[in-house]
Amino acid sequence: MTSSIAPSVVDISDLRLGDARALLEHGATVELPDSEASPTEFVQSVIDGLCELSLKDPLTGLANRRHFLSVLERVTDGVARSGEPALLLMLDIDHFKSINDTHGHVAGDQVLQAVAKCLARCIRPMDTVARYGGEEFAVVLPNCLVSVGEAVAERIRMTVESLMIPVSPVSHVQATISVGGAYAPAWVRSTAPLWIERADNLLYRAKSEGRNRVFIDHQQAIAVSAEEKKLLFGHLALGEPAWLERAAMEPANGSASGVGE
Amino acid sequence: MSDELQTAAAAKPPEPPVPLTPHGKVMAVTSGKGGVGKTFVSANLAAALAKRGQRVLVLDADLGLANLDVVLNLYPKTTLHDVFSGKSTIDEAIIQAPGGFSVLLAGSGMVEYSRLTPEIRADFLRIIEGLIPRYDVVLLDTGAGISDVVLFAVSLASVILVVATPEPTSLTDAYATIKVLASQQQRETIHMVINQTARLGDGRAITGQLQQVLDRFVVTGPGRGVRLVHLADIPADPSVRQAVMRRQLLMQTLPGCPAALAMTQLARKLDETVIHPQG
Repeated sequence: MTSSIAPSVVDISDLRLGDARALLEHGATVELPDSEASPTEFVQSVIDGLCELSLKDPLTGLANRRHFLSVLERVTDGVARSGEPALLLMLDIDHFKSINDTHGHVAGDQVLQAVAKCLARCIRPMDTVARYGGEEFAVVLPNCLVSVGEAVAERIRMTVESLMIPVSPVSHVQATISVGGAYAPAWVRSTAPLWIERADNLLYRAKSEGRNRVFIDHQQAIAVSAEEKKLLFGHLALGEPAWLERAAMEPANGSASGVGE
Repeated sequence: MSDELQTAAAAKPPEPPVPLTPHGKVMAVTSGKGGVGKTFVSANLAAALAKRGQRVLVLDADLGLANLDVVLNLYPKTTLHDVFSGKSTIDEAIIQAPGGFSVLLAGSGMVEYSRLTPEIRADFLRIIEGLIPRYDVVLLDTGAGISDVVLFAVSLASVILVVATPEPTSLTDAYATIKVLASQQQRETIHMVINQTARLGDGRAITGQLQQVLDRFVVTGPGRGVRLVHLADIPADPSVRQAVMRRQLLMQTLPGCPAALAMTQLARKLDETVIHPQG
């Protein structure tokens, strides 16, 4: 890989690496080599560190939305080709606004961090847990049997419920989460946004039916998406000549047998 | 972060169903949407195949909402229901239809079988296996939609005929059915019959359009997809309505009308390419 870039082309002293270095000293877990390291090694570690930072949520240390979406794209693609069951869970902390209002935003952040840590402990190494935004989290579970999805989600919900999150020396918060989950449609090319939408719909249902509960779509649902319908009939909307328009304009031709060949 | 996704790639795909016969003896006639002429096609195709000298049996596999009896105007005392419940033998339930073929009608009592239990699966399988040696073609007239009963009946067939009309709702439902059959049964070939076409070539254009969208969205396995084989257009023909209203077979009452001629050609094509393929 590195051989494709001629080392003589870039002089490391021309690069302004100070900002990147400062950024990494605060945020990344990658160790920066000291100044005696070779220039190549040094630049590589800066790049590695920046990559890591760009995939991480700074508050919780979980995968950020960018990382989550790229993982989801890969899994969606994999499921279409392998047919393996893969589960997506969308989780949302219940009544998070009132936690913020009652205990303050610092406490809110502590709750987010505690829940994040808990989620990360509940999953397998192959799974990805991400902060999707605000108080919403997402878990991608590739190769997760349809029969165990509910139990996995329920275990996560119960573990979060049992947490005593200290928010000050004298008080703690007990948070609950609502969970919506959907399996990716197997053997069918689908899209990550469609999958998120299905899981989100179930999360919405969990919220509207009282919170602190799990709803999972067990079917590796087969639906005809708007995109597919558009391709099936799109030409009709565009007004291009098509069989239907011809059918509407011309009376049935009674003399012709329609059998092909 | 968790980057070990590659470890998940070792998942095993589900086993594809084993076809019962190698030469397309058991054929399922299905559709996404109801009311597209599925039973009409089954009955008249059976008559057209019978005219070609085939021994044909049509089995009413639309267990929940059977209406082959209505189309054929036959109301026998003994039906599939009696075979299922053990009251009658299969020979007592098989009757001769006007078009020179045999039928096994579901009977109204079958509503209770619209939920698929392991017992029903076993009974069904036993009945079909008993029929195979006695006929050249067993046509399963399935219900509309993609219920588990329909999918099970279709899974017993080695050849699938999907009937659709050019209407958008019918095509969407046909597409959904094909998608399910491709993804759940790994079906790689599906035969298309487009009913009520307005012009010659419409059916082929419709099949082509469906194929394009399938190629883009549906895979049956690594690098494989589903292939549609366009079998026939059945032209829109007022004679069809006439025959249906009189509850007679089109092939018998108006054998020279365009729709009946199309049915005859459909039978010839099926016979030559699927039932008795050359070389």
